[in-house]
Amino acid sequence: MSTTKIILVICYILFAPLIGGLLDGFDRKISAKMQRRVGPPLLQPFYDVIKLFSKQVIFVSRYQIFFLLSYTVLIILTGVMFFAGTDILMCFFVMSTGATFLYFAGMVTSTPYSTMGANRELLQMMAYEPAVLLTCVGFYLAEGTFNVGQIASSNVSAILYLPGFFIAFIFILTIKMRKSPFDLSTSHHMHQELVKGLTTEMGARNLAIFQVTEWYENVFLLGVVGLYIINCNPYSLIAAVLVVFATYFLEILIDNTSARVKWDTMLKVSWGVTLFTAGINLIILMII
Amino acid sequence: MANIKRSPWLLHYDGSSCNGCDIEVLACLTPVYDAERFGIMNTGDPMQADILLITGGINAQNQPTVRQLYEQMPRPKVVVAVGVCACTGGVFKDCYNILGGADTTIPVDIYVPGCAARPQAIIDGIIQAVDLFQKRLDEHHEKKKQKKSGNEVKANG
Repeated sequence: MSTTKIILVICYILFAPLIGGLLDGFDRKISAKMQRRVGPPLLQPFYDVIKLFSKQVIFVSRYQIFFLLSYTVLIILTGVMFFAGTDILMCFFVMSTGATFLYFAGMVTSTPYSTMGANRELLQMMAYEPAVLLTCVGFYLAEGTFNVGQIASSNVSAILYLPGFFIAFIFILTIKMRKSPFDLSTSHHMHQELVKGLTTEMGARNLAIFQVTEWYENVFLLGVVGLYIINCNPYSLIAAVLVVFATYFLEILIDNTSARVKWDTMLKVSWGVTLFTAGINLIILMII
Repeated sequence: MANIKRSPWLLHYDGSSCNGCDIEVLACLTPVYDAERFGIMNTGDPMQADILLITGGINAQNQPTVRQLYEQMPRPKVVVAVGVCACTGGVFKDCYNILGGADTTIPVDIYVPGCAARPQAIIDGIIQAVDLFQKRLDEHHEKKKQKKSGNEVKANG
């Protein structure tokens, strides 16, 4: 492994929660502006996490923390593998394994809201998994490799070959980032019909761990968005960062302008969009 | 010591209120008053809440619920009684089913009077509750420190 890769990995481990938290802060600020409110301070997500760590720890099941920490470790491992430039297919497999541990963390409490939230988390996984797998296939067809390092240093940006895959990935990003209309399992907003869904039985420290892991995950996902843009030209890095910010803004806009849908609509729409955009793109790539 | 003043999360429970105060509590979160600028969030989950906001009096049916909600909240926690009914029982005080204000069941820290309580008064009450919230954490740490140093003295002596 070269030194740049080691530096990237260390930067990810150290700074991903900071970047993720800041993005979350921007999210809340921009959402407030969209609703003509002042909104919380930019560092609000960090204040929340600090407070959660200093509260009394009450847990319903003592195994929950084990599952949550497994989720955290696997998500960090996903990001580390991605920024170390290894196999993108492996990254997504590790991410899915991490998400399964989150399902267990919700399920292990065996309380109604948490269990229903966990079941919905599985449905969400079912909805986004095809697009995630097709992303890997697309990268292979476009660049002839699964290796993140080689994809990032190719001559042409992957998005030129994979516009359909890009749209499908952006679409499922709404599910993955828990944005409305697809925030079925748990919501960032105050209330939902399942109280807090998956995170209902997570209080204090456990919720803080969940929150920080989400920040790690978001940075990794936005990294994948950047991978579509980046090529061997160093200026493409600036373009990638701009596209990542634009994508994040788009997610906030979708979040604020749509109402939550039922799970069957989510499944139909996400599979429909994936099959249509990524499918057509795939056929064209295979013919050419 | 951690500054937890900036992130008070509320749990709002409607006792036997006429819904007047509940509407005003929700009004605090609208763009006009925007309680979120203080980091205030209205969660529906006692496990994640810091401040319990009670509107309406306590009756025989909701008493166990109120007690359970209070017990499910992790320390440090603060209770705010919003509106005259939650403070004393209000006009319903002499009803056959009303036991009185919220303090008949759980320890109330801040009383916000009014029928219905105005959003300004509610936000003021929450800000006072936030100070108390921080104070309780500090006291908890202080006690822990004293206990620790006490043990050390014992071990040395």
